[in-house]
Formats: sequence, structure tokens, C-alpha cells
Amino acid sequence: MDKLKQLEKEWAPLKAMPDFKAGDTITVHYKIVEGNKERIQQFQGVVIQRKGSGSTATFTVRKMSGNVGVERIFPVSSPFIDQVDVNKRGDVRRARIFYLRERRGKSARITEKRQNVAATAQ
Amino acid sequence: MSGLIGKKIGMTSLYDTDGQLVGCTVLEAGPCVVTQVRTKEKDGYEAVQLAFGERGEKNSTKAAKGHYAKAGTTPKVKAHEFKEFEQELKPGDTVGVDLFEEGSFVTVTGNSKGKGFQGVVKRHGFSGVDETTHGQHDRVRAPGSLGGSSYPARVFKGLRMAGRKGGEQYTTENLKVVKVDKDKNLLVLRGAVPGAKGSMVIIWK
Repeated sequence: MDKLKQLEKEWAPLKAMPDFKAGDTITVHYKIVEGNKERIQQFQGVVIQRKGSGSTATFTVRKMSGNVGVERIFPVSSPFIDQVDVNKRGDVRRARIFYLRERRGKSARITEKRQNVAATAQ
Repeated sequence: MSGLIGKKIGMTSLYDTDGQLVGCTVLEAGPCVVTQVRTKEKDGYEAVQLAFGERGEKNSTKAAKGHYAKAGTTPKVKAHEFKEFEQELKPGDTVGVDLFEEGSFVTVTGNSKGKGFQGVVKRHGFSGVDETTHGQHDRVRAPGSLGGSSYPARVFKGLRMAGRKGGEQYTTENLKVVKVDKDKNLLVLRGAVPGAKGSMVIIWK
């Protein structure tokens, strides 16, 4: 392994985070520091890309706030991330779904991934 | 000034105590071997020569082998003299990263990456023409006039023009020491350091 990546692993151990990828709808609970008070806010949206590797990796979450698209980039090792919940698994064909930016309303929907019926039956 | 010779490993980002993400350079600093001590009586000045980085026997000249053998060590890639070193050293001693403290500031000297033939905007920070209208075209990044006309009827020596950029010695001052790893001989600095990954740098205290 790359020496640098190995060091990053040591200095910034990865936090436990659910497995998610582009197209999934997630809720990120992140800490906000106001003066010396800390509170937790949520950001729910669609993951449009996962970028990088190791502790310097990031993911981008997009949501529609009223009529305006809002995107937030979270580093995976950010100390401000409290918790990540996966709400929905999306069925998309690419790893970076930037085409979502040009879409509004009905065409901006992502179909939910079909669960493996055989696996759930067992 | 005391210092060490190091090797640039690369850049990464780490969180500081405030939770801010900070771009950092990781250097492998030392342990450096003292290969020679210059004295006033013998050399006319006082300094210690440090060396770092293994160079195989096969790739070393006879002269280099002899020089390093004198200090009881193997041939090295880079040697540098430091004047007014804070410790009293003799040939064969080693100096490690514990020379530096976390939170202090250091200066790093190294050879920058070669940028090839570059225009005046990139090479010397000229502003270019800035506009594409009012009679200007094809000259957004042009250098402008090179000087007078019939007087002095020549271009002055040293006028800044396009040419080779990079591949020369640069020094970056006041880099904060973020982390010192004595076991692995690593030094993590806030900010960038001249040179490519794997290139040798000199770290001044």
C-alpha cells in the first residue's frame, strides 16, 4: 500500500459508517458549533458522488431546498459528522450522478433498488 | 542554524485541534549522520556536515565511499553543511526528528518541480492585458513593451521574459510543525514544501 495512505490510516482511523453509494438517500447528522455551544443538525439528500480514498475521501449530498438545489461536501473523517443514516437505496447506473443537477420534479426521481427477494425469504 | 535533511513523502490533510481540515506535507526527516565536522583551524569556518538517504555501493563513486567510510557509515544521497548547529557533534553521530518540536515553525529549502517553458504571466506574475475588447485581441497573456525605441535602442539585460520555470531552489518559511513521529522519523508540516514526492529537502529549525 502507498506509504502515505498507510500513515493516514494510522493518524485518522476511519469511523464506522454505513455503506452507501451514489443514488442512495441519506441523512447526515452533523455538529454545528455556535460560540461554545454545540448542536446537531440534519442534512437529508441524495448522494451524488463519493470521491477519494482512505481518510481524505469525501461524499457529496444534494437536496432541494424549496426550489433551489443545495449540495454539501462531507469529508468521511470529519469530526463534525455525528451519524449517517441510509434512508433509501437508489438504483442508478453511474457512480457520479451529476445529471441530477439539470433535472427538476418528476425526472429527478431515482427508482429504489429492488431488494433480493430470495435473500430475504431465507 | 540547526537543521536536518529530509525526503518529501507527499501531501495529505489532517484535522487540527479546532476541527479544521488542514493541508499538510509529510516528510521523512533523518536520522541524519554527521559525516564531517569543519573547524576554524582546519577549514577556516565552523560547521557540521550531515548526510541522509541510502545510496547503494554500486551507484557511489570511490571518492564518496571513502568520504562516508571515514565517518563510519555507508554512502548517502545528500549531504549538507549546517553552520552554528545547536548541539556539539562529532563524525558518526546521528541527528533525528526530535530536533523539532510540535507547534514550532520551520523553514524548508528544496528544488521545485520543473514547469517547462512558461510565459511571463506564470513565470513572473505579469498581469497580461486583462481585456479582450478596446482594440485588444490575441494578447491576453502578452508581456507588453520591452523598452524604449531609439533610446536606448536595445533591450536591457535581465529583462523578464518567457522561459524555463521551476527546477530551481526555493525556500518556504514559517511552516508550522503539526506532528513529530520519532519512531518513524516523520515530520508533518502545515502547508506545501517545494519539490516533487521523493525529492530531498533541507529543513531549517
